[in-house]
Amino acid sequence: MNAPLLSVRDLKTHLFLRRGVVKAVDGVSFTLDAQETLGLIGESGSGKTMTGLSLLGLPPKPAGRIVGGSIVLEGRELVGLDEDVLAEEIRGRRIAMISQDPMTSLNPVFSVGEQVAAPLRAHDLAQGREAADLAIHELGRVRVPSARERSGDYPHQFSGGMRQRVVAAMAIACQPRVLIADEPTSALDVTIQVQFMDLLEALQAETGAALLFITHDLGVAASLCHRIAVMYAGRIVETANARTLYGSPAHPYTQGLLDSLPRLGRRRGRLTAIGGAPPDALRLPAGCAFHPRCPHATDRCREAAPPETRLDDGHIVRCWLHEDGS
Amino acid sequence: MRRYILHRLWQGAVAVVGALLIVFVAQRLSGDPVALLLPMDATEADFEAMRSALGLDRPLPVQFVVFLRDALLGDFGHSYLWNMPAMDLVLERLPATLELALAGLVFALALAVPLGVLSAVHRGGWIDNAAKLFAMLGQAMPGFWVGLLLIVFVAVQLQWLPAYGRGTVGHLVLPAIALGWYPVAAMTRTLRSAMLDIMQSDYVRMERAIGLPERAIVWRFALRNAAVPLVTLIGVYFANMLGGAFVIEVVFAWPGVGRAVVEAVFARDFPVVQAGVILAAVIFVVVNLIVDLTYGLIDPRIRHE
Ligand SMILES: Nc1ncnc2c1ncn2[C@@H]1O[C@H](COP(=O)(O)OP(=O)(O)OP(=O)(O)O)[C@@H](O)[C@H]1O
Ligand code: SF4
Ligand SMILES: [Mg+2]
Repeated sequence: MNAPLLSVRDLKTHLFLRRGVVKAVDGVSFTLDAQETLGLIGESGSGKTMTGLSLLGLPPKPAGRIVGGSIVLEGRELVGLDEDVLAEEIRGRRIAMISQDPMTSLNPVFSVGEQVAAPLRAHDLAQGREAADLAIHELGRVRVPSARERSGDYPHQFSGGMRQRVVAAMAIACQPRVLIADEPTSALDVTIQVQFMDLLEALQAETGAALLFITHDLGVAASLCHRIAVMYAGRIVETANARTLYGSPAHPYTQGLLDSLPRLGRRRGRLTAIGGAPPDALRLPAGCAFHPRCPHATDRCREAAPPETRLDDGHIVRCWLHEDGS
Repeated sequence: MRRYILHRLWQGAVAVVGALLIVFVAQRLSGDPVALLLPMDATEADFEAMRSALGLDRPLPVQFVVFLRDALLGDFGHSYLWNMPAMDLVLERLPATLELALAGLVFALALAVPLGVLSAVHRGGWIDNAAKLFAMLGQAMPGFWVGLLLIVFVAVQLQWLPAYGRGTVGHLVLPAIALGWYPVAAMTRTLRSAMLDIMQSDYVRMERAIGLPERAIVWRFALRNAAVPLVTLIGVYFANMLGGAFVIEVVFAWPGVGRAVVEAVFARDFPVVQAGVILAAVIFVVVNLIVDLTYGLIDPRIRHE
């Protein structure tokens, strides 16, 4: 088997705050193949964004720090790389990120053309007039209508959906191999969301990049992703093919999430939400962090964190119920 | 934006007319100007003749209209001392004042921009602390005091630069430092807090995520955003430097408008004082207009309003 494009092992990113330490990412492992779409799903605060930022070596300053684990991209270890090397050779060039809120992710005092050209210039792929032309080309690629005329316009002259396309153009301008999309549609209207998802799919097909798609919406993930990783309290608790995950979820948390989904044929207003509140990031429960909300919790769950168990066909789960393939 | 500028022009015109009115009233309140113009032994008939020659026997509103008309034509009467039109005398000194104010502004920005940016980027670091200390000292020492210190140490003791007068670039340095001294603290503080906010923004995070060098993010992409609040301060302080430089001009014997007006005050040369006051008002309006236009240049959201 070929080595995966991106391989993340036991990644730990902690935030050292005055109030205490938030283990935002606490032992995350996953792989990503070329052209693959992996969905990263979890409740608010489960560490999805922090995982994405860690891949870029950009945990929030000054509190955040990658404290352990490894990120191997195309055979190269990224953890511990020099800041300048990360900026020059990785960010935007090999891995890029489309951020959560298009309304605030563009610099208000530079034209969109300048902003899309900026990574091209920074990574020395084009300069001057050529960079400006390439930027227009990229704006066309993300389907901004009349890209040439509009490249001199400023962010406030675009709608939210169009701004998100501009952000996408900045991200793909230098042909990264891995594209991280952090809830790229959560701030958009539903129809615009659908359009943007279609665009992402088309872009991925055109560029052959791998896509890490972050969302808390299982429905959106189902329509787009090949594989899905479910995150809870800084860890990935289950990874499986989309079909497997939806058909036979192994982790109690995933089961709860799926049960809370409105489905055809089920009476509306009878959603089984998962009982209990998301954990306090500063004081995670010992053992399996899900145990206070888990209907199957035992003493073992309260004492020790379950290891990864491999079920069939790349299905990985972290839960004592499945230890030794039981 | 165009409507906004027109609105500001209108406001400026109102402000200038307001200044004219104040000057007019102050002139009438400050006593009978005829008494200054006539010899001690003039008769009542001489006074009457002079009053009607100057139009002072007409009703006040008529006098104001005449005064306004003359003012619009740039006619503020003749200097009693120098026998030349008062406005010409003041305008002759304007280049020197402009030169000094610009140099003061350049000095202030040359210090405040790096200090403000670096203390935000290295928050809590030694530059940040040094800037804070500097700002405290700066606010505690008025400009003329700094000017006197500079004269004593740099000009008199070290003899590096001339202590007074205008001519070479060397003459400009010390008064420019004294004049630009005070705004440095406020400009640094404003820039620092703007940069702190901006460096936390989503777009800076995005710029980092696509691999732009930190240098470019700070000095180009973030700084242009931070320039908007800074321009406001630049406008206020630049207008002050132009209109209020008289202390520094006197300390350094700088032949500018401010010193001319101070001299005119002591000589009771009222037309020159009036011309100086009106010129200051016009300058204030013009500087504010330039500031407004600059906002539009920096921030497209304002330009497109
Ligand atoms: N700048 C920060 N300072 C302090 N704590 C932070 C910061 N950013 C995130 N956190 C904390 O880190 C944890 C993980 O946050 P993260 O943003 O990765 O969650 P997420 O899964 O992306 O959630 P969401 O769906 O709300 O975006 C949370 O507990 C959050 O409170
Ligand atoms: S390890 Fe225990 S508490 Fe955690 S999900 Fe499995 S059964 Fe529930
Ligand atoms: Mg997030």
